Amino acid sequence: MTPVLRTSGLGKHFGGIRAVSGVSLALARGARHAIIGPNGAGKTTLINLLTGMASPSEGDVYLDEVRVTRLRADQRVKRGLARTFQINNLFPDLTVLQSVLLAVCEQRGVAAEPWRPLRSYSEEIAAARAVLRLLHLDAAEDTVVRQLPYGDQRLVEIALALACKPRVLLLDEPAAGVPKGQSQALFRAIAGLPEEVSVLFVEHDMDIVFRFARRITVLVSGSILTEGAAEDIANDPMVKQVYLGNRR
Amino acid sequence: MNSARASTRARPLPWQEALFWSLLVGGFWLWPKHLALASQVLISALFALSYDLILGYAGILSLGHAAYFGLGAYSAGLLATHGWGEPLLGLLTGGCCAGLAGLLTSLLVVRGQDLTRLMVTTAIGLLLFELANRLSSVTGGVDGLLGVEIAPLLGVFRFDIYGRTAYGYCLLVTFVVFLGVRRMVHSPFGWGLRGIRDNTGRMLALGYPVHRRLVALYTASAAIAGIAGALLTQITQFVSIDVFSFNRSAEVVVMLIVGGAGVLYGGLVGAAVFTLAYHYLSGWNPLYWQFWLGAFLIAIVLLGGGGVLGAYQRVSHLLRRRLERTAQA
Repeated sequence: MTPVLRTSGLGKHFGGIRAVSGVSLALARGARHAIIGPNGAGKTTLINLLTGMASPSEGDVYLDEVRVTRLRADQRVKRGLARTFQINNLFPDLTVLQSVLLAVCEQRGVAAEPWRPLRSYSEEIAAARAVLRLLHLDAAEDTVVRQLPYGDQRLVEIALALACKPRVLLLDEPAAGVPKGQSQALFRAIAGLPEEVSVLFVEHDMDIVFRFARRITVLVSGSILTEGAAEDIANDPMVKQVYLGNRR
Repeated sequence: MNSARASTRARPLPWQEALFWSLLVGGFWLWPKHLALASQVLISALFALSYDLILGYAGILSLGHAAYFGLGAYSAGLLATHGWGEPLLGLLTGGCCAGLAGLLTSLLVVRGQDLTRLMVTTAIGLLLFELANRLSSVTGGVDGLLGVEIAPLLGVFRFDIYGRTAYGYCLLVTFVVFLGVRRMVHSPFGWGLRGIRDNTGRMLALGYPVHRRLVALYTASAAIAGIAGALLTQITQFVSIDVFSFNRSAEVVVMLIVGGAGVLYGGLVGAAVFTLAYHYLSGWNPLYWQFWLGAFLIAIVLLGGGGVLGAYQRVSHLLRRRLERTAQA
């Protein structure tokens, strides 16, 4: 089966520093694929390269085997590639529903419509509410985002990406800063996503990674150290050495 | 930009809007001797409304918006000097010419960030000012464009010496444009602009073609500024090169800050406060009136974010809370 997302020799250099170098990665359809690695391994830079938030110094990105390397970030979203951010990147002054509606309107092609009031778009509002229900955010739809607890704001991050109806969802440390109990719930919501949505996520919490990922790529100093099924990576002595240190 | 963000949350109630526009209609009887000044206020209000679209709703800071005002003014003026003095045709031409210029220059403006935009817009304003100055055979240069003859409105209403037709005309145009702009800012397009203003990067990640949306907005804003310029030409039957001046660009920024950016009525109220302060202070103290204007602006800033409308909302909120507490006691 052809991968839904693939990179070939992807790299990003900042002067003499190689943040990402020669990364060739393939994301299978319906994947639950984790990228792990120590701080500074280049995980977020890789996500930025995949989504078009940064332009690569070398290599290419393919979405359904179509080269998208030169496409802008918004054009890649239109082709089904959505992301969340490591640090909340939301609309603090809008309500939860208004925020998700922004994404739904663009996805459904009505965001450039300049005459009808937003409140009259009942189909889009229903679609936004469906996304909120999926993440158990429906009770908070009228809450202004800045007033939400941090964990719920992380869920809004994911709701915004899901509202883009992605085929590939890239999650950059979705549980960062979320208390342990809440992060499990957050990942249960992610695990419950439809199979046709392929998920690539960056995560530091190894319990979560080994519980939810079926495949894992280990990134060290901008390059892939190894890649494999979750159980193989868990027992890989090289990974334990490099990523977890010498702890048992 | 914080004040602009805070003020978007405040929306006037229907009775407040009805009162506002009724007061303006009542102007025929309330200030019959000052209709010419009131028309100037309405033109400034329309200009400020166009500026509110780009600054208040999309966060585009410009110091050259008079370029589009001036283009509208000269287009309508030149049309009239060549025998097409029908006011509505002049308005349409002014709006289209300014809108086209807005479309072309927007490609430069929306690319940069705040300081770049400030430089580029200032440069556009200066370029057009000097161009109008240089092409004196067409524009009349520093002497201005003479011989502008405006036909009766719809072939019926002559522009009278008391300014009644002019006031009615300005009010109607301002109201119609305002309604259009109000629809726009409450549409998905308008909400998308707020998103772009507050978090451009995230809007890109949601698939918004940010530049294309800003180009569309900038074009609409320039067209409205052009309509305001055309109105000025038609009611004064003259075009001065001052329509392109840097002062005019700077004044519209001040008007919006005085009134409150990001609320449609902010530009309207700011234009009224600024134009009236300008008029009366310069009449009261012809030599040093700018000192008092400066003091007045500082007082407005000290009132806090959101300008006059922001201050009004804070005071009415405080009064309401106090009344509620008294009722409970």
